[in-house]
Amino acid sequence: MTAVAQAPAVPRPSSGSTLTGTGRLVRFMLRRDRVRLTVWTLSVVAFYAYFAVALDAMGPEALAGRALVMETPAGIVMGGPGYGIENYTVGVAIANEGITWVVLALGIMSVLHVVRHARAEEESSRSELVRAAPVGRHAPAVAAIVTLFVVNAVIAVASAFALYGASGEAMPLVDSFGLTVGSGLAAMVFGAVAVVACQITEHGRGATGIGLAAYGLALVLRSAGDIQERHGSLLSWLSPIGWAQQMRSFVDLRWWPAALSIVAILLLLVLGAVLASRRDFGGGLVATRGGRADASARLRSPLALVWRQQRSAFGWTALGMALMWYASGTLLPEILQMGVSGAADNEMFQAVFGGTDPAVFRDGFLSAMMLFAALACAAYAIVMSGRAKAEEAAGRAEVLLALAVSRSRWFGAHLVVVGLSTVVLMAVSVYAMWVGAVQVGMDEPGLAAYTDVFWTYSVALLVYLGLAAALYAWVPRFASAAWLLLVYSFVVGMFGAVFNLPEGAEAISPLDWLPAGFGEAPEAANMVGLGAVVAVLLALALLGFRRRDLQSN
Amino acid sequence: MTATPAIQIDDLRKSFGRVQALDGLDLTVQPGEVAGFLGPNGAGKSTAIRVLLGLLRADSGTARLFGGDAWRDAVELHRRLAYVPGDVSLWPNLTGGEAIDFLGRLRGTVDKKRKADLLERFELDPTKKARTYSKGNRQKVALVAAFSMDVDLLILDEPTSGLDPLMEAVFTEYVRETAATGTSVLLSSHILHEVEKVCDTVTIIRNGTSVESGTLDELRHLTRSNVTAVVSDDPSAVGGLAGVHNFATAPADGGTRVTFDVDNAQVGSAMSRLTALGLHSLTAAPPSLEELFMRHYGDVLPGAESAADGADDTASAAPTAPGTAGAR
Repeated sequence: MTAVAQAPAVPRPSSGSTLTGTGRLVRFMLRRDRVRLTVWTLSVVAFYAYFAVALDAMGPEALAGRALVMETPAGIVMGGPGYGIENYTVGVAIANEGITWVVLALGIMSVLHVVRHARAEEESSRSELVRAAPVGRHAPAVAAIVTLFVVNAVIAVASAFALYGASGEAMPLVDSFGLTVGSGLAAMVFGAVAVVACQITEHGRGATGIGLAAYGLALVLRSAGDIQERHGSLLSWLSPIGWAQQMRSFVDLRWWPAALSIVAILLLLVLGAVLASRRDFGGGLVATRGGRADASARLRSPLALVWRQQRSAFGWTALGMALMWYASGTLLPEILQMGVSGAADNEMFQAVFGGTDPAVFRDGFLSAMMLFAALACAAYAIVMSGRAKAEEAAGRAEVLLALAVSRSRWFGAHLVVVGLSTVVLMAVSVYAMWVGAVQVGMDEPGLAAYTDVFWTYSVALLVYLGLAAALYAWVPRFASAAWLLLVYSFVVGMFGAVFNLPEGAEAISPLDWLPAGFGEAPEAANMVGLGAVVAVLLALALLGFRRRDLQSN
Repeated sequence: MTATPAIQIDDLRKSFGRVQALDGLDLTVQPGEVAGFLGPNGAGKSTAIRVLLGLLRADSGTARLFGGDAWRDAVELHRRLAYVPGDVSLWPNLTGGEAIDFLGRLRGTVDKKRKADLLERFELDPTKKARTYSKGNRQKVALVAAFSMDVDLLILDEPTSGLDPLMEAVFTEYVRETAATGTSVLLSSHILHEVEKVCDTVTIIRNGTSVESGTLDELRHLTRSNVTAVVSDDPSAVGGLAGVHNFATAPADGGTRVTFDVDNAQVGSAMSRLTALGLHSLTAAPPSLEELFMRHYGDVLPGAESAADGADDTASAAPTAPGTAGAR
């Protein structure tokens, strides 16, 4: 028959077809993430403004002292290449010290944003629904980058005005823009790295890891380069963080280093697009490695399992604490020098750190540092003891307790692992600081004093673990009330002298039972008392957990 | 039977706040028996199982495993049983194979050969991290771990949710195989044909209390058969017989099609009347457990049956699934 209608022609694909639907996806992502992105924006803008106000409040002399700290290696790692360090004004300080941290924050935001939209969606197969609609292959990734650009642009503009406003218009607006735009572009480089990573790995976690590792590498390169030479050497120029800092905002602004970021972003996006065209939906260029089909011989007890669950969190925490306290140790001489002069005319300082006599001030300052170190370890203990609750809620405790595992053995495994981890972290913090201090020639106080601090604080730390565990065992709903003790300990430890609290009230904080001065010999009765409290709390915890119903949803 | 029951629950009560989850539950599983534990979601099946495992403490009543106290002797008793929860949650950073080995080692040694066989039959890739497993695959990990253990009792709480029909068949086969070695099985489910396929006895639970229990055959006595026949003469007299319900007729090729439900006690008299009417064809379907469910989850309890006859009729008028009926 001749009347058969011609089959409708398949529309010829146009050259832009892999991007079809990008605009709608952009609107969709902005809508989905409106809360998340608003919080990021407000936080970063507030950080800029707060930093400017806080530095301004220090006054020119303290800023000059701060500049000295920023010339030490640890200061350079945490700060920058040292442009304008001879005349350290608020703007110079923000550019020198702030960029590393702003790029870190914005970099994390960028990596998470890209992975969330370009890989996690695919992993969860939600984007299967989207891609089945008339939406191009590259549209989700491009829309993720477009939205990321929009957010970074908004943050850069708002932050520049925030700096300008917070400084009472003392900081030139154009330099503020140089600072915020440079930082935003540097952060977007890490977002672009994440785009490439999303094509390579199958899982969002892997892509996030690559993106954050790229920041770590950039920080190492930048730090090494800046330590080699003031104002940076070749190594500094290999790092996106360096590109933002080399714009020399508030010193001698130049714009061209920003072009390096732009070129890097474009190259990475082209690479991402090429890779994306070569892979399947849902797949990665590198197939996920299979894990072990059989468990290693060591994985045969609840204790081994708990350690396996917590070891990477423990390892990273230990590394972070070691680096931080080592760096603090190397900074001690400068900080003490700066502090003694600062304390001379500041009563609050004197009250908190014990006076202006250098030795007394030093021990007071070290004690304050140890308070922070101890509270960080206490926080670790409380967080990780919460893992037991999470295991119970997820129904994984049930699986083990239905086997020949007693309640005490299961919960005891958690307590042992968290307790030992906490004590080791305290050791890492204390001795890392000692190593740092010795390295810059500060031999007083000696190792014995640090060791006394370590073991006495360790006993006190176990009180936080015991309390969190006992609360979890008896009233799981209020397990997080252990945080109250931590907050209270901080307030008492830091400002107890200022508040003039009654003695009994201070003693609620376990840290108050320890010697006040750094490395002073502890009172035996106090240590026995603390040990008894720990023993009672842990026994209560095990007893309570044995007699209650298991809770699972 | 004189042997100690594998599971013995008497008048078990457990409440969570104001919710009475178990309200006088009775359940017995004899050694070597495959017992079905049937009830809709929220009836209290999982609560009962958690009490049996010593995870929850009963308010009153007794829960014993192999004669031992489920709460006090939990650890010792658990050496002799394996448990598969309805919603399996695994450690995200362990592979399936690692989880199976770990669970096995907490009881004893792992039989590598048996593990490999089970992995192959359940088509499970043991090298994947648990975080990437689907619900069905997590279920398989727990099933492989349970079946690879040499135990006296298997407690399975809705174990096939998330499995496809092929895997369900593999599961059924393993339950039969395990039962053949003398292992007792408690299989909780809200899927009737799963229970019908493998269970010797059934306990039906509703609102925390057992409403019926017995062998499948015994339970069928409580229900009616569904009869469809074509006869040449006028069958209306059959509708007036005692024990006949939902009587209906329709014209058919060569006579009249008649359908009705009949109490099993009255089947004989109904059949002889039908035969006298010139029987062309006849199908009589045994009642499915679906019908048992309709009764117990409709508001009709045994004993109240005659009083609530009207309501009962509407309940059993609901369509039954002929495919599941009489599978045994």
